[in-house]
Amino acid sequence: MLIAALRKELLLQWRTRAQFMAVFVFGAAALLLFSFAVGPVAEMLRQFSAGFLWLGLLLSSTLTLAESFHAEMENRALEGLLLLPANPRALYYGKAIANWLQLILLGIALVPVMVILYDAGTTRIGSLIMVIALGTAGLSAPGTLYAAMTAQVRSKQTLLPLLLFPLIVPALLASVKATSLIILGDPMNQSRAWIILLLAFDAIYWSLCGLLFVQVVEE
Amino acid sequence: MKRNLFWLAVALLAAAIYFGLLVTMGDQYLHANLSLGLPVAAQALIAFLGGLAAIIILLVADDFRNLSRPKALGIAGLLLLLIGSYFGLFVAPPEQFMGETQRIMYVHVPTAWFALVAMTLAFVAAVVFLFSADYDWDARMEASIEVGVVLAFLLCCQGAIWAKPTWGVWWDWDPRLTTTAVLLFAFLGILALRKFVDDPHRRAMWSAVATIVAYVDVPIVYFSVKWWNSLHQQQSNPNTVSKPFWIPLRANAFGILLLMTAFIMLRARVAALRLEHELAPPPALDGSEIGETV
Repeated sequence: MLIAALRKELLLQWRTRAQFMAVFVFGAAALLLFSFAVGPVAEMLRQFSAGFLWLGLLLSSTLTLAESFHAEMENRALEGLLLLPANPRALYYGKAIANWLQLILLGIALVPVMVILYDAGTTRIGSLIMVIALGTAGLSAPGTLYAAMTAQVRSKQTLLPLLLFPLIVPALLASVKATSLIILGDPMNQSRAWIILLLAFDAIYWSLCGLLFVQVVEE
Repeated sequence: MKRNLFWLAVALLAAAIYFGLLVTMGDQYLHANLSLGLPVAAQALIAFLGGLAAIIILLVADDFRNLSRPKALGIAGLLLLLIGSYFGLFVAPPEQFMGETQRIMYVHVPTAWFALVAMTLAFVAAVVFLFSADYDWDARMEASIEVGVVLAFLLCCQGAIWAKPTWGVWWDWDPRLTTTAVLLFAFLGILALRKFVDDPHRRAMWSAVATIVAYVDVPIVYFSVKWWNSLHQQQSNPNTVSKPFWIPLRANAFGILLLMTAFIMLRARVAALRLEHELAPPPALDGSEIGETV
């Protein structure tokens, strides 16, 4: 059931890949704009590069997440899906995993932009991808839950970030710190603690949001 | 609320205030022993558990009918706050190291306690609502969130006022202050969500879910910010605080407790009345008209 839901989401995302490109361009533009806030000081840009990457990713993620329930609102498709003899949780996890995969892809796509603009290269590609995967998992679990609510109300563009941003502060902090340590070097091996924090955040919210999703969509 | 339950809560509160406040006061200013022969641990236990039990009874047994009781509680709380502030500003000696600045602690610390208590009440109300689908708990949740938001906002302001002369900056990214700010924004978001959802059932369900999700975040935010940066002073407890500082702190704590309870009761009443109004059928519509408009 989960596989079917996931397949449906991935197919939907593949059909609307122009949307992904638009979100990517938005994120890259955000990264470009952040550098104007600091000025053309290469050393400082490099120092802040991890923070800028994650802020760019966070801003673009609200677009991706808001879009994920957009299709279900047309022709009351969500009601139809809930009438299927299936657990609504499968629907939630399908959407959350699809959003997660898309955010990972977005994060990886934004890394070269960061490297070029801020001169923030690293050879530890594996750890970087792992941090991106864990951090975006922290964004997508509560983000998908909130998107299910905000897609159905007026002024959804404002509400989703309003609800999501305070919530994901720990995930953002941990991701920025871990990424920063990967880029700038980690002599004390501190990044391990931040990765554990990310893992804990992900475990808590992936289970809690799945539990509560039923309450959000039930009539 | 049943009459005897209300008076039971008042009696518990009176016992709590007596042992939390008057015993210390008699000791210090009247030089009389008011402790009725009870050991200090028992007094502290009565003061703490009595206050806790009293607010639980007051909030849970409240049926939103009576307006005079929360008002009376609020006035009592205001009086205690005035007494505490008088002692804090004029009677207690200035602190040895921090001087006059330290006096803000007499409101800051109780505000911090009850901001967290109000948000915990919101969390409890959200959980009870999800299990019982009783709209009284939705009203209590809305009230607790709003009171919690006000207290958290006051807490951030007081924190900034305290930080400026002490550390030279308005905002110091200390875990507790930052957690409060994050919590403030999270709960403001929930209040905004409630404003944008018109269907009462969905509004209640969604805000209960959002409250649970936001409240679970509190310890995670706290520890992540703590690892990230810390320079706040150690928390004080009665052993590290000398006696002259107890009375204003405790009087203000009970004052804010009573005010918080009164505000939650009044605000829950407003929420319950609004819901009743929303669910009531429109007054003068005959059947044909309804059929046409739908």
